[in-house]
Amino acid sequence: MDNARILVDAPIFALQLLVDGLLVGAIFALAAFGMALVWGVMNIINVVQGEFVILGGFVTVYLASAGFHPMFGVPIAALVLFVLGVIIYRAVIFRVVERDLFTSILATFGISILLQQLMNQLFGADIRNAVSGFGTVLLFDGDIAISVIKLIAFAIVFAVGAILVVFLKSSRLGQAIRATAQNPRAAKIVGVDTDRVYATTYGLNAALCGATGALVVMTWVIHPFIGLIYTVRSFMIVVVAGVGNLAAVVAAGLGLGAVENFAGFILGAEFQAAFVFSLLVIILLWRNFRLSRHRKVLR
Amino acid sequence: MTILLEVEGVSKSFGGVVANRNISLSVAPGKVVGLIGPNGSGKTTLFNSIVGYHPIDAGSVTFSGQKISRLRVPQIARLGLLRTFQQTHIYAKMNCTKNMQISAATRDRGLRHMFGRVDAEVTGKAERLLEFVGLYPKREQLAGDLSFGQQKLLEFAMALMSEPKMLLLDEPTAGINPTLINGMIDRLKKANSELGITLLVIEHNMRVIMNLAEHIYCLAHGELLAEGAPEVIRGDQRVIDAYLGAH
Amino acid sequence: MRYSGIRQGAYVLLGLGALAAPMVFPAYQAQLAVLWLMVVLALTWDIMGGQMGYNSFGNIVYFGLGMYVTAVVQRDLFFDVEEYAAVAGGIDAQLSVLQYFAGLSLGLLAATVVCVLVAALLGSGILGLRGHYFAICTLGLGVAAGEIASGMDYVGAGSGLVTPLYPADADSRGAFFYFYFLALATITLLTLRGLYARRFGLAINSIRDNEDKAEAMGLQTTRYKTMAWCISAFFLALAGGAYGNLIGFIDPIDVAFAGSTLGVWMVLMAILGGKGTLWGPVIGAAIFHLTQEIFWTYLLGWQRVALGFLIIVIVVFFPRGILGWFRERRHRYVVAQDASGDPA
Repeated sequence: MDNARILVDAPIFALQLLVDGLLVGAIFALAAFGMALVWGVMNIINVVQGEFVILGGFVTVYLASAGFHPMFGVPIAALVLFVLGVIIYRAVIFRVVERDLFTSILATFGISILLQQLMNQLFGADIRNAVSGFGTVLLFDGDIAISVIKLIAFAIVFAVGAILVVFLKSSRLGQAIRATAQNPRAAKIVGVDTDRVYATTYGLNAALCGATGALVVMTWVIHPFIGLIYTVRSFMIVVVAGVGNLAAVVAAGLGLGAVENFAGFILGAEFQAAFVFSLLVIILLWRNFRLSRHRKVLR
Repeated sequence: MTILLEVEGVSKSFGGVVANRNISLSVAPGKVVGLIGPNGSGKTTLFNSIVGYHPIDAGSVTFSGQKISRLRVPQIARLGLLRTFQQTHIYAKMNCTKNMQISAATRDRGLRHMFGRVDAEVTGKAERLLEFVGLYPKREQLAGDLSFGQQKLLEFAMALMSEPKMLLLDEPTAGINPTLINGMIDRLKKANSELGITLLVIEHNMRVIMNLAEHIYCLAHGELLAEGAPEVIRGDQRVIDAYLGAH
Repeated sequence: MRYSGIRQGAYVLLGLGALAAPMVFPAYQAQLAVLWLMVVLALTWDIMGGQMGYNSFGNIVYFGLGMYVTAVVQRDLFFDVEEYAAVAGGIDAQLSVLQYFAGLSLGLLAATVVCVLVAALLGSGILGLRGHYFAICTLGLGVAAGEIASGMDYVGAGSGLVTPLYPADADSRGAFFYFYFLALATITLLTLRGLYARRFGLAINSIRDNEDKAEAMGLQTTRYKTMAWCISAFFLALAGGAYGNLIGFIDPIDVAFAGSTLGVWMVLMAILGGKGTLWGPVIGAAIFHLTQEIFWTYLLGWQRVALGFLIIVIVVFFPRGILGWFRERRHRYVVAQDASGDPA
């Protein structure tokens, strides 16, 4: 807790944490876009989210070791994961789409365990990271340092968000997706191929996670077993922001990133994960409490 | 007491849509009161408001002398005010007898009650009530396997099992085979006369409600349109217009 | 009942087999003890998930908490915290038979008290969540507990905690834990059987089938839900406390708050055997554990991948489980019989 005093004595530190947190939060928001999509369209809480992110990171790592700049990982991991997402949909997910939510949670949990172990077997459990080599930008006479890759990631997230919004609004597939989200039966009746919509949505989600993973591996580290925390972050963001509002998702993501960063500083890095998972519990309890005062219940 | 349920100036809106506007009605103990009105007039919303399903925007609800406007559904249920639903709500994977047993009224709320066996007395009453609604032969069947009409009867029996002071019934004869409706009317009357349960009934079937109720309230467009004895309501031009004119 | 004679015979056979197993398969004592542990885990999960409809991914919290509380009591009764950490299970940390069992008993007692209290406290809040929110919240709880334990020096933080050495030879140790877990599984099963035959069972089933209706009928759902969790917590504490001693070493994430392994397996075992039935979780635990042992022996290296596959297969293709499948067949037969002559 003396760390907290540092923030008060040297506010520039707090500013650094805030800026870093917001930048990192944008990356969380990217994965959350996908989570919101799958939840809204297919009514599935995708517990494999984190593993898709980590896989995107691994794709980027191997791309880098093959001599390419890791930035190429963003589109390439997105592509690879899109294909993987569609494959997983056609193999397993399509069977659980129209069942109860708990079945989909368990099924995706199973897939996540499978992927974790596969990654472990194939890539090993060591932590990996990819170097972007973009350096840092210094502000305020060198008191604030911002890594350029984080700025680029921030920009990418907004760009992708904007593209997503346009895609969903204007393109035929986007409209089909929105129609299916509102009422799958009705969509089927008017001729929408809901199966294709689901496959595309799930693949799109995986692609978004893949891109996130590429950014994550350049700004941090990954290893096969660190996926769950990304799943939980995405889930929290969507719970707070709601499924329909991408702008709210971005805002929530930024908020989460900032809060986490502060918590990690004040509580110590070894408790940051504990903080994130505890925050999940608190957010859900808080939301339920607020609803129950209106005689309602979180469903 | 002279009034068991008192609804005063209750209003409820959902978003921009006004479902109930300034509705007042009262039900004296032991009476059977009807609530009619075309589709969309706010009858079920009113029920929901009364039993605590959602908060009301204005007005108050008093039951048995106690203000219940802010109470939750379970609390109101424990005061003896129950309701049934248009879509049946029963425990699908339990058999009829068990559905009845768990609905039994209880005074004792302690641990011994929680971990005690179901009394033979309770089971006996369950079977008698199942007999009363004609479901005794089906008592071992899972409630989810019953037809819609049978489930309605089961739900009604479960409500009786709980020994309520007052029952709000939401379209009790809807979905029941027309040849059996007379039987339902009889049972409702018996529940009122023999078991002393006060009834407030939403009904679309005019024959049923005219036969059953002693006093009728008519809603239209979320407001109270008319009230009175069945013969009066039957002849009221506003009521006729509301039904014929409504979509 | 027609089958009653066969059933009684089956129970007797099972009982005798269970009692004789450690003599017949002495090399497998530890695995067999774990089998009974799995039965307990599956049964305690099933109260929540199968009978009450509250699919919990957080039951592991009580397992791990029970484990830590027991170990801490065992340690603090006779040792100084730092000395113990320094010596960590060496000869100097040897306890006498009396000391060991007194410590273990007190530890287990403390564990049950703590776990039931925590369940009562957490229950009122967390059990207010429904469906998938409850599932994910408890998942977060389980993982958070593991992460917090990893940071607490008092319980050894990331390096874990060593439990006191058993004060006798390996054979008697094996036998002790085998019979402990067998007894625990039996008591759990009998307790649940009793509960399900009483009003408690009816109440939690009604919560599962239509919680809104149960509330609308005046049932004190919060009380029943919390009680169910407390009962689970009680048996999980006893299981966890002993398991820590069996393994000898408590790792916060892999052994105690093993959310991704035991925490998920308990769900699958109950589902595999047939959730919502009394013997379903038992059968599911047996088959799952056996399959797992086979994987570990013959698929070394890829056993966890195989287990991942198994999980998916169970969830997607056998959601009703073995007993569930039988029930459904019998059920359809009864319904078909009854379909004739339905007036209403």
